[in-house]
Amino acid sequence: MNFLNAAIKRELLLALRNRSEIINPLAFFLLVITLFPLAVSPEAKVLANIAPGIIWVAALLATLLSMDSLFKNDYDDGSLEQIVVSPQSLALLALGKVISHWLSTGFLLALLSPVLAVMLFLPSEAMPALVGSLLIGTPTLSLIGAIGAALTVGLRKGGVLISLLVLPLYIPVLIFGAATVQAGALNLPISGHLALLGAMMVFTLLLAPFAIAAALKLSIRN
Amino acid sequence: MGYFANFSDFINMGGHALYVWLSYGITLVIFGYNLLAIWLKKRAFFTFAKRQLKREQRNYDA
Amino acid sequence: MNIKMPKWFYQLASPKWSYDIMGMLMPWFGLAALLLLVTGIVWGLMFAPPDYQQGNSYRIIYIHVPSAILAQSCFMLMAVAGIIGMVWKMKVAHIVAKSAAPIGASMTIIALSTGAIWGKPTWGAWWVWDARLTSMLILLFLYLGIIALYSAFSNKASGDQAASILTLVGVVNIPIIKYSVEWWNTLHQPASFTLTKKPAMPPEMWVPLLIMVLGYYCFFAYVLMARTRIELLEREHKSGWVTALLTDTP
Repeated sequence: MNFLNAAIKRELLLALRNRSEIINPLAFFLLVITLFPLAVSPEAKVLANIAPGIIWVAALLATLLSMDSLFKNDYDDGSLEQIVVSPQSLALLALGKVISHWLSTGFLLALLSPVLAVMLFLPSEAMPALVGSLLIGTPTLSLIGAIGAALTVGLRKGGVLISLLVLPLYIPVLIFGAATVQAGALNLPISGHLALLGAMMVFTLLLAPFAIAAALKLSIRN
Repeated sequence: MGYFANFSDFINMGGHALYVWLSYGITLVIFGYNLLAIWLKKRAFFTFAKRQLKREQRNYDA
Repeated sequence: MNIKMPKWFYQLASPKWSYDIMGMLMPWFGLAALLLLVTGIVWGLMFAPPDYQQGNSYRIIYIHVPSAILAQSCFMLMAVAGIIGMVWKMKVAHIVAKSAAPIGASMTIIALSTGAIWGKPTWGAWWVWDARLTSMLILLFLYLGIIALYSAFSNKASGDQAASILTLVGVVNIPIIKYSVEWWNTLHQPASFTLTKKPAMPPEMWVPLLIMVLGYYCFFAYVLMARTRIELLEREHKSGWVTALLTDTP
């Protein structure tokens, strides 16, 4: 556990030193949301209707965008290779990286989302559902995205490929995440939805680190 | 003609000719492509391998 | 991991043995596929009675359902082959998985396009966001991702492993995707008339369907073995048995 803590701390410190990696996904999130009133209609009724879906899709794309660099720096400077040959558990280290990645993307996206929800006229009853679903749903996105990032880290043209690999796997989280917000907007109970998102998170949390570790090993050997 | 009275009835498919024959046509094309792909892959390998073999032979002779 | 397996299992690991045994089996599967598919199509198109609700458009079932079944079982096969390839370090298993991917993708395309066409007379639109069609579309994306990953690696062994990991992740996710898409579908439209779910089909309808399913499987086996054999030759083109094969054939 100490090792996990140390890994998370190291990653957070690196992220703080390189602030653009934290700010870019958030700016992207805001930008995508801004496009919709311009492209569809600024009318409150229309926007409120599509807001749950738009915010979730934008959060998903922002997470995906930040995935590409998750292992890239460590791969380029050779420290990933050191970690793979070290006796420490690779799965645990991968988990640490994903957790700190989530803290610097998904977590902040969830905190920022109420502002965007107001801009899209989402009814205030839906706010807890929005923040809650993003808090519980985005860790799954980070974990699955990390599998894609680990598989493509050694490739020169990883950027587009990773979205092709990861997006189909994001669909269940998107469906339940957006549905949670829609249910919240209609004042329906959301605990069932959140429980399902939580179940997906736990399931992914148990399995994904091993897939990430296996993928990192083969990327190093390649 | 089995269930159908005559050949033009069979082609007409009770007014659903477009859908039925379009589906079967697409399927036929994709099945055909699968078979064609085998043949192309095979030919590509043999031309590559034979050229390689000849080159090695020439190097060996020289 | 060291699990004792029967002798033929270890023989499969030998590229030459696999190449020979597949060469022996292939013509039989090809012949069976031809006979079954011709019988099934003639029976399904001409002799099966029309559906009381959908008329003759239901005859698309004979090519739609087998391709949908095969598209899914092909993914399972790739996952099993991927596990075998990774646990026992068996190159042949990886090659089987790689050869299966494009066939599975083409079966998915057949299922998708015939499903969409069938939707026109049934639902009145060329594309409907029906639960089955949507899951099929997502399956196609999974196939495309795997194929893209294979071709992204210049080192074939690494590509095999990467694609196997992705296939396993996909196989774990497929039930979740299916469940969530079905749930999403019931949320947005009340359970509508589905294409293939019907109360008790009479035997003169389902027997040809069964024949078609078997025919599709035999065709799949034939194409899979053919592709696997060529891929084996490509990977082994420097070894003695391939050179011998090349000098023997004109």
